Amino acid sequence: MFANMMNWIDARFPASKMWREHLSEYYAPKNFNFWYFFGSLALFLLVLQIVTGIFLTMNYKPDAEMAFASVEYIMRDVQWGWLIRYLHSTGASAFFIVIYLHMFRGLMYGSYKQPRELVWIFGMLIYVALMAEAFMGYLLPWGQMSYWGAQVIISLFGAVPFVGESLALWIRGDFVVADATLNRFFAFHVIAIPLVLVALVVMHIIALHEVGSNNPDGVEIKKYKDENGKPLDGIPFHPYYTVKDIVGLIVFLFLFSLVVFYMPEGGGWFLEDANFVPADPLKTPEHIVPVWYFTPFYAILRAVPSIAGSSFPGVAAMGLAIVMLFLLPWLDRSPVRSVRYRGPYFRIALAVFVVTFVMLGFLGTQPATPTYTVMSQVFTILYFAFFILMPFYTKYDKDKPVPDRVTDQ
Amino acid sequence: MKHIVLTFFLSLGWLLSGQAVAAPSGAKLDSAHINLRDQASLQRGAQTFVNYCMGCHAASFMRYSRMAKDLGLSEDMVRQNLMFVTDTIGDTMTISMRAEDAQKWFGVTPPDLSVIARSRSVDWLYTYLRTYYLDDSTVMGTNNLAFSNVGMPHVLWEQQGYKTMDADGNLVSATQGNLSSREYDLMVRDLVNFLAYVSEPSKLQRLDLGKWVLLYLFIFFLVAYPLKRAYWKDVH
Repeated sequence: MFANMMNWIDARFPASKMWREHLSEYYAPKNFNFWYFFGSLALFLLVLQIVTGIFLTMNYKPDAEMAFASVEYIMRDVQWGWLIRYLHSTGASAFFIVIYLHMFRGLMYGSYKQPRELVWIFGMLIYVALMAEAFMGYLLPWGQMSYWGAQVIISLFGAVPFVGESLALWIRGDFVVADATLNRFFAFHVIAIPLVLVALVVMHIIALHEVGSNNPDGVEIKKYKDENGKPLDGIPFHPYYTVKDIVGLIVFLFLFSLVVFYMPEGGGWFLEDANFVPADPLKTPEHIVPVWYFTPFYAILRAVPSIAGSSFPGVAAMGLAIVMLFLLPWLDRSPVRSVRYRGPYFRIALAVFVVTFVMLGFLGTQPATPTYTVMSQVFTILYFAFFILMPFYTKYDKDKPVPDRVTDQ
Repeated sequence: MKHIVLTFFLSLGWLLSGQAVAAPSGAKLDSAHINLRDQASLQRGAQTFVNYCMGCHAASFMRYSRMAKDLGLSEDMVRQNLMFVTDTIGDTMTISMRAEDAQKWFGVTPPDLSVIARSRSVDWLYTYLRTYYLDDSTVMGTNNLAFSNVGMPHVLWEQQGYKTMDADGNLVSATQGNLSSREYDLMVRDLVNFLAYVSEPSKLQRLDLGKWVLLYLFIFFLVAYPLKRAYWKDVH
């Protein structure tokens, strides 16, 4: 009965073929470690954000007069509204934590290197789309931090020479952040960017499955195949990695639930105190801080001094900081992928880069005192040095011999 | 490798425990020690709120009916004792003063207090309501340690009495109020407890549900992990 039905479908749609290609006969290296949970977790969070987002949209009002109250309505009068809202707000921060760890994994094991350049590029596009998605979503609660955060970020576009002011006006649809801005951000947040995100995620996975997954040893498992043409060090994604990722998902959900149920404000990092005050265009909050996942780039923005009264150099540096990540596959000149077999130069550079990124993130949350500004400038230089010097230190690094097959580390 | 992971989660815990946004400048805050499960305290706080605060402040996201249910009061008790501006139990706790009038009379519109405990914190509210002192340099004649040059007068002066600031910057009693210092602290604690409840009426439901979710995930783990082990037995 079931077989007949599948035959009927397969004659018309490649359901079984897709199942085989992407799950039951997609051979993944058998040596995935802790760092390989974050891809499937990111996919889970995308679904969670879309589903909770749909339910929020049913009750949220994208109107400057009603937005703040409608969020509180969801928190109080909508059945399970508080849970849906906390899942969505915690999910946003969790998404970035997971994505940053996922990107760090790629950096560590050289997953961006040939032939996976497009996997990396699609991933970076997802990251940029996610930042736009998060930024626009953050305006919707229409609290003080929503409002002034958006005001500051949009005014950055005003720093672009010649067309800046018109550009900022075009984005806002008004001379200040106002109802028109809220409406268009809502449209982008609930439909335009999610569509782009889903499309990019599909391309990210198709590109990955075309070339096959990298692994902690950075060796190609396709080099050694058995008589049936199956990689010796590969195992079918389903059931092996589906059952493993379920365990990872449960552990993640445990930590996630601790935040959702016991500290949904995340100590003021996930839901900021000032965002419980309705947006007031006449009253600027004491400290305007972007949400934590933007602060490394915000620190870079503030670190670069303005030239001739224009803050454009800072804005350009911030944009360049993201562009650099796109270029990674071509900046890295080492024949070795994984950090396990890289020489000391790369290992030191990577360690410095991690410290730099975390420190920039911290500095972006702090007021710009003279000491902090100098520190931001030092770390900004280190951030760019990691990329600009990469062709040199990876080329002349004393890499170790790479094993033929994956190891049991 | 294990160290990296451990360090990461430890530092995450450290970050989450900290306050991202520093408390507003001003006095050192006293701990309010509120207890959301103390219904009697919440009821007394509600009484103080409608009698002293709701002349000027609304809690316009809070429904009387929800409050009745959560505070263990009958709708009739709420109608007779706590509802002065409406007869409909499903209404929210709004006030009659218009924002424009308030602006004219006080120079500032008294903020809605629905989520004030989340933006200001309970400790701040507890400190603020207890640190008014006489100050001739202000329009109202009073000032506050937690909120300097605050527009609100000392509404609870009859209960607390007035204080003045001595040369060392400490507050000392100038006039005696109806309540002893301890009784007044308890009254403010009840009020702050009520404000904390109003800022998130679903909080207790959230905390109670959390335990079951975590328990469910734990049991799920006890099933999923052996399953993974069983499948991976033959992977070498």
